[in-house]
Amino acid sequence: MAENPQIKEKLKFAFDFYNIMQKNDVTFAYEGEITHEITKAFSSLAESHIALTNESNAVQKRVFHIMVESLQNISKHSAERKNPESVVNGQGIFMITKTDKEYNITTGNVVFNENIPALEEHIKKINSGNKQTLKNLYKEKIKFGKLSYKGGAGLGFIDMVRKTGERLIYTFFKLNDKKSYFVLTSTIFRTK
Amino acid sequence: MRVIKIEGTDDTPQVTLDANPENPFMEISGRSLPEDVVAFYDPILEWLDEYAENPLEKTVLNIKLEYFNTASSKLLLDILLKLEDMHEAGHDVLVRWHYPDDDEDMEEAGEEYEDIVEVPFEQVSYSID
Repeated sequence: MAENPQIKEKLKFAFDFYNIMQKNDVTFAYEGEITHEITKAFSSLAESHIALTNESNAVQKRVFHIMVESLQNISKHSAERKNPESVVNGQGIFMITKTDKEYNITTGNVVFNENIPALEEHIKKINSGNKQTLKNLYKEKIKFGKLSYKGGAGLGFIDMVRKTGERLIYTFFKLNDKKSYFVLTSTIFRTK
Repeated sequence: MRVIKIEGTDDTPQVTLDANPENPFMEISGRSLPEDVVAFYDPILEWLDEYAENPLEKTVLNIKLEYFNTASSKLLLDILLKLEDMHEAGHDVLVRWHYPDDDEDMEEAGEEYEDIVEVPFEQVSYSID
């Protein structure tokens, strides 16, 4: 048995972590760097895992789709990265929760406060759209938008809302004068 | 003209661009979420530019993707816009958009491309089983 109080604390933390995950229906959680390899590994892991359940093909595909876009969002847009020169491999949290009704795919990453107004405006515009306006917005963006130097098409959020039919739920937690923690969740209903 | 043949991987599609007049075949199939979309699709776009200078009597591009991310969707449009240019220059061009018969999202994606570009489109459903 562990005698060292610090080690004991860690063991206690692992148990608390397990309990919190259980209580919040978390089936997968990760915090760290999101590389392309990790994006591929997590998505195929979830894909093969869900394939074993009786989930419909449409739901399986949507979960895969939202996972890839969410992970790429962290990778490209997180303001926290080990190598400040890198335009990808941002750090963040990635979490999947599952209940009888739905899957939630949640991401969290650091953003610069100065970028929040534009980000919020972008999400609000998408969240206030209906099927038709989102379709038009998608067409407009894909046709006239430019691929960013990070390789992003600016279509991720629009696509997430269109694929799930659900709004994005998000919030910002202030870290300091320069940075905040941006948390975003996307819901995929299992019956749809 | 040289032939492009790229084997598919778990994040890049299989690509065949063969303009041999005897037995031409052009297809992009599989999954597309490359780490660097531009680096992956650039050679394909370059090939199409070269091909457009002297295309076959009929150009048929098969797109049979099971998944593509939003960054790839932008590059797919760039490919279709090259075909649109050929079509507008008076060449006979057809895009065959293949989708699994149970995949509404992929079917809709094809319809949207068809709306965006001025190229004859054919929707082809296939069954996975």
